[in-house]
Amino acid sequence: MTGRADPWLRRFLSACRTGPSAVVGMAALLVVCAMALYSVFLDGRDPFDIVSLPHRAPTFVGPLPLGTDYLGRDLAVCLLAGAAPTLSVAAVAAGLAMVLGVALGALAGFFGGRLDDLLMRFTEFFQVLPALLFAMVLVTLWSPSPTTIALTIGFVAWPPTARLARAEFLRIRDLEYVVAARAAGAGAGHLMWRVILPNAAPPLIVSATLVVTTAILFEAALSFLGLGDPDTMSWGQIIGANREYVLDAWWPVAFPGLAIFLTVLAVSLLGDGLNRILDPKSDGA
Amino acid sequence: MAALLDVRDLEVAFPQPGSGLFAPRPSLRAVRGVSFTLGQGRALGLVGESGAGKTTVALAVMRLLDAVGGTVSFDGADLYALDAAAMRARRRDLQIVFQNPYSSLDPRRRAADIVRAPLDLLGIGDPAARAARVAGLFARVGLRADQATLFPHQFSGGQRQRIAIARALATGPRLLVCDEPVSALDMITKRQILDLLAGLRDDFGLALLFVSHDLGAVRRICDEIAIMYLGRIVELSGRDELFARPRHPYTRALLAAAPSLAHRRSQGRAARCALAGEPPSPIDPPPGCAFAGRCPRATPKCRAECPELAAVGASRVACHFPG
Repeated sequence: MTGRADPWLRRFLSACRTGPSAVVGMAALLVVCAMALYSVFLDGRDPFDIVSLPHRAPTFVGPLPLGTDYLGRDLAVCLLAGAAPTLSVAAVAAGLAMVLGVALGALAGFFGGRLDDLLMRFTEFFQVLPALLFAMVLVTLWSPSPTTIALTIGFVAWPPTARLARAEFLRIRDLEYVVAARAAGAGAGHLMWRVILPNAAPPLIVSATLVVTTAILFEAALSFLGLGDPDTMSWGQIIGANREYVLDAWWPVAFPGLAIFLTVLAVSLLGDGLNRILDPKSDGA
Repeated sequence: MAALLDVRDLEVAFPQPGSGLFAPRPSLRAVRGVSFTLGQGRALGLVGESGAGKTTVALAVMRLLDAVGGTVSFDGADLYALDAAAMRARRRDLQIVFQNPYSSLDPRRRAADIVRAPLDLLGIGDPAARAARVAGLFARVGLRADQATLFPHQFSGGQRQRIAIARALATGPRLLVCDEPVSALDMITKRQILDLLAGLRDDFGLALLFVSHDLGAVRRICDEIAIMYLGRIVELSGRDELFARPRHPYTRALLAAAPSLAHRRSQGRAARCALAGEPPSPIDPPPGCAFAGRCPRATPKCRAECPELAAVGASRVACHFPG
């Protein structure tokens, strides 16, 4: 490879070599993000408008490429409009779950003792509750809106991450390079966030992709059960609304389902590739 | 002149899981009343088998784990009496090299960052001075400047140990604790690292606390040697005195068992006792001499009364019947 190339280009090429799945996943996610941005800022059409007869079959070309749903709404517009709420709910929920999980797990694993016992009993309290049922209860108590749904999913999805973070911090905190950092004058904060966390990152990144996918699926499940926000056109909402007619018309359920499947796959690929890129041992140089 | 490091009656115990919720928790007494002193520019070897408490002493001296009793005075001040900020500042003067260079370097940091870390953490010098110091250390320990940006997995074991030594030297310490620094290395690399440590001691007037089970390595580098058995020092003497006239029966057994000293048998030093058995459990150590169960000279007195370290000739020995 030429040494004079633009550093960003070189980095990108190196990433393509060490983690091709990250590039594929990233590209797919960018497509979904572009859909979301197009729908929010450029597409003037309202997904709730009834534009034709119900259950028009998809033609893939022409004015109604993906057909219409049970009320005669344009499924292509619904699908575009569903990208933004689905992605933002997933991102907020996963962010909340990761922050809660990593923070509690890190404190428990690093300090151990009474604090560990306390935090882990607290985590187990959440773990024994069936997550989807708990989420349903919380959503019913609050009025469903994208914000409350995102916070609810984040709030029920953190315990596995907390347990994983605890196990990793517990394993790494007594390794010699951590003791060496203590000998060099590092305090607890530096040890936890600068020394242990980077080395605990690979399983946590995998866990993060799982939380993102869980969040997308939970959002879909809540909408499917009719507990979602009826004023928000998310992919789960489309599936939930059309599920009763699936035997008459498959497309209003199949296309959003495919969109969820591809998005979840993209996030998993991104996480997997990211781990390869971040691992110094796979450095292409 | 007062000693740089003065360890008195050091006690370290690790609580063990109890049998029941309210049962008293037994504790593993890893170090039991260890005392020694170490002067500026001197090297003391701590020798013993696995589980003797050598590494525990080393870590307790660095205050990397908490002693339950005794004092560790460094340059006249008790380390265990310092508050967190004062201890942090003191860490400049005390550094450590670990046994396993494969686990003592952060795998996600580059070599230069690893060596610079203590300077960053203790806020020593400005960035330019730190970079210059790191470059100087790389040269001093025998690493090339172009290796600075490599990750630890791209180095061999000996090179990794050089990085660890450079890191330990970064702050300009006065005491370097070496916890079995050559145990994980092959013979030639071991020799190179020992020569490097000896050179550093002479150049910087470093005091070395050298923990090892390798008598050959200790003999190369140490002025004084302390033999440990089940958390106690059983014999403490000058290097030549110890190898010429081992007085504690355990020391004799160790010398006889050391393969690197086997050629001495031809000079009439046959192995007198091949040791059988294992040391007693440190969770509930016996009342008398811990070595009595394996000692060829043991008497009922040995099993009842614990011998104290006392002067015998030029050595100090903890035995009722020193040879």
